[in-house]
Amino acid sequence: MSELVRKNTWTLGLLALFLVLLAFTKTIQTNFGVSGLESLARAALPFAFATAGMAVVVIVGGIDLSVASIMAVCSVIAAVSMPVVGGVAGILIVLTLGTVMGAINGGVIVATKVPDIVVTLAMLFVWEGVALLILETPGGQASDWLQASIQGSIFIPGLPKALLVIAIVVSVVWLPIRRSQLGLSIYATGSHEIAAFRSGVSVGVTRIWAYSICGLFCGFGGLSLVSLTGIGEPVPGPYLLASVAAVVLGGVVLGGGRGGLLGPIIAVFVLRIIRTILTLAGVDPNITTIIEGTVMVSVVMLAAIFTYRGGRA
Amino acid sequence: MKDTPTVQASVRLGRYLRDNPVIPLIAFLLLLIVALEIMKPGMIMPIRVGRNGIFSTFWIGNLIKFAIPLAMLAACQVLTMLTSGIDLSAGVVATVAAFVCATASPLVGVGPSILIALSAGALVGLVNGIGSGIIRVHPLIMTLGTGLIATGCLQVYQRFVISTGTEIPGFLLWLGTGRTLGMPNGLFLFIPFAIGILGLMRYSGFGRLLFALGSNEHAARLSGVRSWQVLVALYVLSSIIASLAGLLYLGMIRTPSLSLANPLLLPSVAAAVIGGTSIFGGRGSFGGAIVGALILRVIDTLLTLLQMPQGARIMIFGLIILAVTAMYVRITGQR
Repeated sequence: MSELVRKNTWTLGLLALFLVLLAFTKTIQTNFGVSGLESLARAALPFAFATAGMAVVVIVGGIDLSVASIMAVCSVIAAVSMPVVGGVAGILIVLTLGTVMGAINGGVIVATKVPDIVVTLAMLFVWEGVALLILETPGGQASDWLQASIQGSIFIPGLPKALLVIAIVVSVVWLPIRRSQLGLSIYATGSHEIAAFRSGVSVGVTRIWAYSICGLFCGFGGLSLVSLTGIGEPVPGPYLLASVAAVVLGGVVLGGGRGGLLGPIIAVFVLRIIRTILTLAGVDPNITTIIEGTVMVSVVMLAAIFTYRGGRA
Repeated sequence: MKDTPTVQASVRLGRYLRDNPVIPLIAFLLLLIVALEIMKPGMIMPIRVGRNGIFSTFWIGNLIKFAIPLAMLAACQVLTMLTSGIDLSAGVVATVAAFVCATASPLVGVGPSILIALSAGALVGLVNGIGSGIIRVHPLIMTLGTGLIATGCLQVYQRFVISTGTEIPGFLLWLGTGRTLGMPNGLFLFIPFAIGILGLMRYSGFGRLLFALGSNEHAARLSGVRSWQVLVALYVLSSIIASLAGLLYLGMIRTPSLSLANPLLLPSVAAAVIGGTSIFGGRGSFGGAIVGALILRVIDTLLTLLQMPQGARIMIFGLIILAVTAMYVRITGQR
């Protein structure tokens, strides 16, 4: 029970931090409003999906270093296939292939018994190569309505469509799984693999499922990349470090078994709004990169101090 | 699996290979070189196509030359992996050292610029060490983060020195591109370095502390090891090694850029892993990592020879790393 309270405290604290930062943004740039929120949510979209995928594999006790590469593959597949087969079929193809790529990651880990970190490091190369094979240079074309689907607000001004997309996708994919036996197995495997195995959880299958879910989220991440730029980009973006930082900041413990998906996604917005604030304050983009990195590292450091103390107490 | 004697023999073989991971690796390296020679006769043995020499010293020298910086960066990974860490900032640190050295030497002279470059690298290592040793952030995240920060700092630094131009110290050029008796001069740096690292791992107290921390950190701490001191020293050492590798690479490539040595990072992890270093700590060999670096270079040549498109090369590179590691786990039966 106290475990549950502590977890929620962390998430609520993050949300409060985000709101404080949002208010701060408003004070330094008084005309920051609906359009600012919309562009913030749009920019956060690929980061949110990468983070959601990463969170699922971290919960099962692994780590996926290849998220950015899978997203690159998905974005080029989307950009190449959409002009040929149309938008809806393109989306289905991308999501299927994303899931398959995740399943391949998990399958290789389970079959070879090589540590997750090594397998996904190798797969990072493999998927990056696949993306370059499909599309040597940035190109292709995303469907117009896909690009429109994340622009602007819906229902009321100030509720960005992109935010709604994140909320719908994550809840439709994750909530049923979390409530099901598979979700329980994922948490059990992450907490203590041997204990889970002896309690009758098929650990291997669970891990493959977790990696497949990660692949599915990466598929959504790839789609959001093409909808942001309109073209496919074969070179992976900076989503690996950002997703690991957001997962840790979001209260998911590296090593597995604890945390959810809501915390990491709020953490994505916290990390993104810091960039917005710095940009609005007229800070040099290069210095912004330094500050962003420093913030990510210090946040992870603080979290480490807290868990260390907590573990000791 | 069929009858007892075979099982025992395979177990014995597995144990032997586990104790001497370098042997199967060298066999694999030779196999790759034979494949290379078959694909392009005369490349390694010029005598087969009627030229002088049984082995091409030029080719072997070239192979060694480009494997040296990779092997040095792999040393960073081996040492940090011994304590179940990893140094993902090594590539950026090498780049920082090279760029700082090249841009500072027209201003302050060669000697001081190398000192500045090494201390810039050591500073990153110190932050890594404090983060992972004292505050206990996972080294993977810590070094990824410091790598990102260092890249940002380098971009800001670049604008201050954009007018000074660059100058590459003469002896780095000699070290990077020169040859003595057909072998690259880089060996003058690398051989003492390798002996130092091998000695450090096998005979020094510091090396034993690294193995102890990686095998069981709790037990090591109860035995009186001050783990944070060891880890801070380790990450500073790792960054100094990376800076040295960067300086050597600068002499080799001769054009400083903001991403000079970054592409070497993932191959360096691969070289360490292929060389039998466990990412979970407590087991590792620098000898294996050197052979691993040579293997990766031969594979690279092989793929260039096959005229693979860039994408297929990267992909096959990843698959080979995966296959070698999986084979290694299968043979030795451990992670």
